Amino acid sequence: MSVIVLAEHTQGSFRKKTFEAVQYAAAIAKNLNTAVTAVALGSVADGELQALGQYGATKVLHVADAKLDNFNSRAYSKALMAAVQKEDAKVVIALHDVSGKAVAPRLAANLNAGMVAGAVGYPDLSNGFVIKKAVFSGKAFAFVDISSDIKVVTLMPNTFAVTKGEGAASIEKLDVAFDEKDFGITVKEVNKVTGAVPLTEAELVVSGGRGMKGPENWHVLEDLASALGAALACSRPVADSHWRPHHEHVGQTGGTIRPNLYIAVGISGAIQHLAGVNGSKTIVVINKDPEAPFFKAADYGIVGDAMEVIPRLTEAVKKFKEGHN
Amino acid sequence: MKILVCISQVPDTTTKIAFADNNTHFNTQGVQFIINPYDEWYALVRALELKEAGVATAVNLVTVGKADAEPVIRKALALGGDEAIRIDTDSSDPYLVAAQIAAYAKTENYDLVLCGKESIDYNNGVTGAMLAGMLDMNYIGFATKLDIDGNTATVKREIEGGEETDVCALPLVVSCQKGMSEARIPNMRGIMAARTKPLKVVAAADVKPVSNIVSYELPPAKTGVKMVSPENMDELVSMLHNEAKVI
Ligand SMILES: Cc1cc2nc3c(=O)[nH]c(=O)nc-3n(C[C@H](O)[C@H](O)[C@H](O)COP(=O)(O)OP(=O)(O)OC[C@H]3O[C@@H](n4cnc5c(N)ncnc54)[C@H](O)[C@@H]3O)c2cc1C
Ligand SMILES: Nc1ncnc2c1ncn2[C@@H]1O[C@H](COP(=O)(O)O)[C@@H](O)[C@H]1O
Repeated sequence: MSVIVLAEHTQGSFRKKTFEAVQYAAAIAKNLNTAVTAVALGSVADGELQALGQYGATKVLHVADAKLDNFNSRAYSKALMAAVQKEDAKVVIALHDVSGKAVAPRLAANLNAGMVAGAVGYPDLSNGFVIKKAVFSGKAFAFVDISSDIKVVTLMPNTFAVTKGEGAASIEKLDVAFDEKDFGITVKEVNKVTGAVPLTEAELVVSGGRGMKGPENWHVLEDLASALGAALACSRPVADSHWRPHHEHVGQTGGTIRPNLYIAVGISGAIQHLAGVNGSKTIVVINKDPEAPFFKAADYGIVGDAMEVIPRLTEAVKKFKEGHN
Repeated sequence: MKILVCISQVPDTTTKIAFADNNTHFNTQGVQFIINPYDEWYALVRALELKEAGVATAVNLVTVGKADAEPVIRKALALGGDEAIRIDTDSSDPYLVAAQIAAYAKTENYDLVLCGKESIDYNNGVTGAMLAGMLDMNYIGFATKLDIDGNTATVKREIEGGEETDVCALPLVVSCQKGMSEARIPNMRGIMAARTKPLKVVAAADVKPVSNIVSYELPPAKTGVKMVSPENMDELVSMLHNEAKVI
């Protein structure tokens, strides 16, 4: 018996959220008196793989097939299936992100396994295998019990703080027999916003709403975001009016984010907007209307005109950063 | 080419969430149910567009639910679609829902199965991928654009920090989100037509749930917002550093 975790990587390097998943899997393994095996797919250097040991993996199963360098949910879940069988895994962990949400459910389907999608807590083993997850778009939580023999869990990124420890994982190669059918999807084109932190992974987010008046005013938010090292987000009408690209739109029909800090500027705080951001640890609301509903969901509030307050905040942040370097 | 669109019913986005029976059940009293926005605005409308363009020959709708799901699937029929299928069982277990849809879809040989990226009640976002696994089909998730040419689908999908364009032969399962199409409003003719369109009720396949919700909890209320003077942004920064510890 063991716990396995899909160690997602970007062109051969692991990011914080993968360490978080490995650490989460390791904590579960410990409670089950077993060890955690990380599964890495595609080309990754050995040194990088060993480093997963610092987050609790004792072993890494590496399916080094270069055909896996491009994400492919079908081939990935087949590889994970092979790992599950090899390790006699009873728990499988992946991330609740665009990749994890395509791979883990497919694996669950093939294993006839129950799954919790978007876990925000550790399993409670005292009476079954019960995990907390957000439901009703963050308006509530549910405690879900998985009753199948094998359990599949996707972890909501940025749920736990990541701490680096000691240790190096051993590496074992795993060969998986793929067939042509596993690679039926061809990637024709990739458009990535390079350099920027992906919104879903950002710890700090600066977000603008219709109160910003127009795209020409966004530079004040961009300045604040760059002073903080934050990612940018926006409300739906802003994306609908093409002031900002639609991948920045958060809320019920946009992205769901859980940053440490969410600064909402000129956003009224409609329930559909809150649905995407109410998992944020600290919320700052800047709005000229003291009655704006968003203040009820905020930790810190400033009543004022965005165009005046934001440059002042940016200066204060810069001053603070200089003092802390 | 035949399309199946998966429709789930969810509480209206403005619903105030409350629980009953010692927090073990969602309290549906006074709750208005709607078609899950992703299913309606994106999956269904794109399927209809493909039919109107002569690419698809049939668009069928499926929902897994008890009789109380019928008004919502009728509303979906009013937007368009040829017939609706209700698989008669209730569940919040995504495995069971996918298994029910798969059992039905296998008998009908659909070329394209569309679902929403996520249902806004349980927020799983996994049904499409599970379904693809059960049907042994390819899956493209979080799609923002979908075109079909003959037997080939060209799909734009969200990836981390951007988008990618994939090409894949049918059959295929796609989960849909914003970008796919523009929301439509059902018109009187559609509503009238929906009354006479077939709504088939099929018995649930014999599948056991593998997960269940034990209880619910509401998030702790915010303890109250601290107001900071717009003149004093240094104070805000210092609070974010010393108190909230986020910068
Ligand atoms: C089914 C459904 C799904 C939806 N999904 C989403 C979603 O995913 N995301 C989303 O965001 N919305 C969503 N909406 C829309 C949502 O209901 C709101 O309409 C939207 O969030 C409002 O955007 P806003 O706050 O930017 O604009 P507004 O509501 O117009 O608010 C603008 C705010 O800016 C303030 N303001 C004006 N000028 C200034 C200034 N100079 N300085 C500071 N503040 C100023 C105003 O006081 C006001 O509070 C959805 C709606 C529905 C029905
Ligand atoms: N009960 C259901 N009946 C039909 N389709 C469903 C049902 N539940 C979910 N779906 C489909 O699966 C998608 C993703 O749902 P979920 O995985 O529950 O977040 C939804 O957008 C629907 O298209």
